[in-house]
Amino acid sequence: MPSTYTLIKGETLASSAASYTFTAIPSTFTDLVLRMSIRTGAATNFSAIYIEYNGDSTNTFGSNTWLEGNGASASSSRYSNITGFDPSTSVNASTTTASTFSNVELYLPSYTASQNKPFSFFNAMENNSTTGYLKTHAGLYRTNSAISQIKVQTQANTFVTGSSFYLYGIKNS
Amino acid sequence: MTRPTRVEVNCTTGETSIIELTDAEIAQMEADAAAQAVAQAEAEAAQAAVEAARISANEKLSALGLTTEEIAALTK
Repeated sequence: MPSTYTLIKGETLASSAASYTFTAIPSTFTDLVLRMSIRTGAATNFSAIYIEYNGDSTNTFGSNTWLEGNGASASSSRYSNITGFDPSTSVNASTTTASTFSNVELYLPSYTASQNKPFSFFNAMENNSTTGYLKTHAGLYRTNSAISQIKVQTQANTFVTGSSFYLYGIKNS
Repeated sequence: MTRPTRVEVNCTTGETSIIELTDAEIAQMEADAAAQAVAQAEAEAAQAAVEAARISANEKLSALGLTTEEIAALTK
């Protein structure tokens, strides 16, 4: 169990934003956790989001393996050699139940270690009117560099006011 | 009309910057929105087809004389 869990930086949006980027992430922790409560203004039922590390938009991501359930069926797939991490059908958009935000967690262990960076990503998108989703991902980012920047962006429209992004650091000692 | 913005926070200094998107970024966002709408329509159509097939299969099994419990047991 982690012996520390420290807020690095975070906020709740007072106005909409197309992306939210944490830069100059300190390398003084062992793991990183990014907790988000997000909803987009896209005129769709759900909205894709996109995670990018260190400003790297090349195809150095190793893989994205996911499992999804929507209350009626389950599905799973895997992508490799991808450009950035695309959790796909992830978060509430404007046609879902009003004021409903998706709960999302990104966990990045050993983010400063000189080795590839496996990570997990969980999201719950609830919707009182039609389909909701529970989705979990196993991801791999192929780099030996420390993670010093994390960008979260919508692939369409913006994160609405009230969306929140909180980055925590965990130390193992 | 207000231009969309993006947020950057420097975790070391604590400084937060709100930056207007460029014309190219706005164009990309609009293209992504159109593509996403198409992708969502396709995903929902595929899901509807699966659900229709499930209902059809249940009706055929019922017509063969299987009970609701027996059909449910087959799909677990």
